[in-house]
Amino acid sequence: MFDRFNENKNSLIKIEFDGTVLDALEGEMVASVLMAAGIMNFRDAPVSNTPRGPYCMMGVCFECLVEIDGVGHQQACLVPVRSGMSIKREKAKRLISDDLVC
Amino acid sequence: MTLCVDVVIIGAGPAGMSASNMIHEYGGRAVILDEQSEPGGQIYKAIDRVMRDRPNELSWLGSAYHDGARLTKKFRSQAKDYQPGSMVWHIECRNLDGLYNIFYSQAGVSKKIETKYIVIATGAMERPVPIPGWTLPGVMTVGAVQSVLKNSGMYPSGKLVLAGAGPLVLQLASQLIGAGISILAILDTSPKGSFLKALRHFPRALFAGDYLYKGWNLTNKIMQSNTKVYRNVTELNASGDGRLQNLSFKVNETKHCLKADTLALHEGILPNVQLTRLLDLEHVWSPRQRSFSPVVNSWGETSLSGVFVVGDGAGVSGARTAEYSGAIAGIIILERLEYIKESQRDLIIEDRKFRRLLDEGIRPFLDTLFPAPERIGEVPDKTIICRCEEITAAEIREVVKKGCSGPNQAKAFLRCGMGICQGRMCGTSVTEVMSKALEKKPAAVGAFRVRPPIKPLSLEEIVTLNDN
Amino acid sequence: MTSDFIVIGGGLVGAAVSYGLLKLGATVTILDEGDTAFRASRGNFGLVWVQSKGDGMHEYATWSRESSDLWPNFAELLVEETGINVGHHRPGGLELCLDEAEYMDFENSINRMHNQPNVAENGRRMISGDEVRRMEPSVGPEVVGASYCPYDGIVNPLYTLRALHQKCIESGLIYRPDHEVKKIIPQIRGFKIITNEGYFLSDKVILAAGNGNKALGEFVGLDIPTGPERGHIVVTERTSPLFNYVLGAIRQTDEGTVMLGATKENVGFDSGFNFEMAAKIIDKAVRKIPALKKLRMIRSWSALRIMSPDGFPIYEESSNFPGAFVITCHSGVTLAAAHALKLAPELLGNDFNGKFNAFSPKRFNVR
Repeated sequence: MFDRFNENKNSLIKIEFDGTVLDALEGEMVASVLMAAGIMNFRDAPVSNTPRGPYCMMGVCFECLVEIDGVGHQQACLVPVRSGMSIKREKAKRLISDDLVC
Repeated sequence: MTLCVDVVIIGAGPAGMSASNMIHEYGGRAVILDEQSEPGGQIYKAIDRVMRDRPNELSWLGSAYHDGARLTKKFRSQAKDYQPGSMVWHIECRNLDGLYNIFYSQAGVSKKIETKYIVIATGAMERPVPIPGWTLPGVMTVGAVQSVLKNSGMYPSGKLVLAGAGPLVLQLASQLIGAGISILAILDTSPKGSFLKALRHFPRALFAGDYLYKGWNLTNKIMQSNTKVYRNVTELNASGDGRLQNLSFKVNETKHCLKADTLALHEGILPNVQLTRLLDLEHVWSPRQRSFSPVVNSWGETSLSGVFVVGDGAGVSGARTAEYSGAIAGIIILERLEYIKESQRDLIIEDRKFRRLLDEGIRPFLDTLFPAPERIGEVPDKTIICRCEEITAAEIREVVKKGCSGPNQAKAFLRCGMGICQGRMCGTSVTEVMSKALEKKPAAVGAFRVRPPIKPLSLEEIVTLNDN
Repeated sequence: MTSDFIVIGGGLVGAAVSYGLLKLGATVTILDEGDTAFRASRGNFGLVWVQSKGDGMHEYATWSRESSDLWPNFAELLVEETGINVGHHRPGGLELCLDEAEYMDFENSINRMHNQPNVAENGRRMISGDEVRRMEPSVGPEVVGASYCPYDGIVNPLYTLRALHQKCIESGLIYRPDHEVKKIIPQIRGFKIITNEGYFLSDKVILAAGNGNKALGEFVGLDIPTGPERGHIVVTERTSPLFNYVLGAIRQTDEGTVMLGATKENVGFDSGFNFEMAAKIIDKAVRKIPALKKLRMIRSWSALRIMSPDGFPIYEESSNFPGAFVITCHSGVTLAAAHALKLAPELLGNDFNGKFNAFSPKRFNVR
């Protein structure tokens, strides 16, 4: 549960997460954009499929993995937002091609 | 096509920036590879952007943070080869010519640099705090909350609890109180009697007196804010349905329960040893800080000629010592590359070493006031130790009973340390749990072997790099 | 206290043999090295492989096939006894060929093996590129064909080692890690083994120390001409199930990670990472299965195989010092079942060398 200081709620850029448009501060990390939108559940843990969210916010824990502009398994706490970015929540096991699942 | 340079600095926190500033000041050149997207490391994260876009927030972020601008300003004006968003994933030692190959990935493309000198300034990480329920969304580190505060001008808005021990807990509490954010409770896990024990180191701490002054101020601020503080907290448990909802803990023998939305944990910091372990350097265990750090000499050089480790990565000593150490490594390299004379070098080194000695005066006091937790080896059986592969303390203790004598064997049997974080989050905890179970000192138990790549990269990237 | 057997080496060979001996009522002590020793068993790919084994020695082809046939029961036994599922699967294997030369090589090998006397039928045949792509849709267009064998499979070698250790200890194994063997002194009856942590006595001693056997063999009149051969492995992140068969140098674990391998280097006792080797592995793998390109590599390592001059196992009881045995091979995973269930009983018999005549190191003296 995170919120922006009021002064930071103006002049925000727009990015997209799983189809929803979100506000972002220029230069901030993808992870905090999601957190500000109330999203703390970024992915499912690969073994038990239980929800996981950011823990360290510095690139060490690898919990904040999301797909950014088509490239998967990116650490959201290390990638700065850009206007128009498209972010997707990932499955625990990468699906590298829909038609290859057997 | 490989770029060939004299010096590569890995990391742009106080140590890395300071090394860079020193080298450039005397006419040298360095390439700085920084995983972050802007200089400042963790402690001075986003300082330039905050000063430019949100200067009013500086009033609660604190003067220590603000001080970072001094370094970033000089850094930006002098460093011509600053590479943000660059993740080093391998370092190769070339035995024949004493050079090193550094492999890194930037914007999805891998590159290789050949260099004579490496300054590893990758700093520290928060000590992972395994408690039951720590993998729930909503549980994070104190550093994570600070990161979000600095980086994005955001704060935890629900029921916030800070738990742990260490100057960073005080610092975050003070920053939040200064910003008008309410803290539901601070749970102090430092063991009884720490203050009395710490007094022994008080005289030496006076040499770094301004820390004491700052610490006193922070504590005062918290006391005056009427934030609820619980002391001697043990048996902290987090629980909830899909996210953090509840906390339970004990104060002496009394059990307490709180509803919480965000839990910020902190139990000190550990040197980030991924690169130094990758290089197979010798590491020592510090019983006081309960962490491994690489063996370096007084100017930061490792047993690999030309490879330096500076800053918290060589042993946790704070931002100012990091600056001095970075400068010292920089000056040593400058002399070896013949940019300055030995006499010039020695003058500067003596100055920095002296200041560093004074600055380090605070360390024994702080380390005793906020001792590294001894209880990690004794966490409840059900506690997850390896988050990525979901291995519990019970499973590690089980294989120890069945003859497993070290972390690498445990890794082979259980998969702990084989997940995507590559052992960063569980390494020290596995050593602690096994140390307790084997009744062997952590130094004798050892640590995970670290293998490349130390950051995941796509197979495609490797093929492309190899083709070029 | 004297054990019936001291086994030097607690890897897949030592553990499998100990498992078999303990089952038959023998008392066993394993002397193992420490946490960071060279351990081929930790570097293992996990293939239970039949198709390429024994070109030049039909007994080895037969032995590999026998072990592969024993494996399903062996895996079941392990899960019953320890609760550990070692992930054994036998879907059949495909060695993919990227050019005609490779295809011819495999075809010639099949013919040679077929023509060897007494060789067990191993169902291996060549198939065309199109048929491969029908069997395995993820295979790319560059693949011209493959060598297929229905008896090839995989198992998780680390879980296997763990299960063997667990069962052995529960069955009374005395397990001593961090005990490096310095000397073996044959006694009037039995052996005295000196380690860095004291000495041990036994009636018989088994050298199962991988690349450490060569030096130890000198104490007991055993000539063991093995040497280290480095192999690199690349591991990717977890992904959804990709394959119907095991693809030789490409195999997916139960957890979903994909392992890529199969290089050979002679670099002595160096298990470091070589970027060129890793790149070579990856390049071949993505040419065979293009979809792998996007996967991320999260770990890579190398391990040292134990290679004899012809690549086949060495099994021998010392003639000068009866009771001292060497058991060494580079396929500790494939042969684990046979070692546990078929070889171990022979160690208690009185004609070990007769039973394993073909695997004697004396074959290297015939020039």
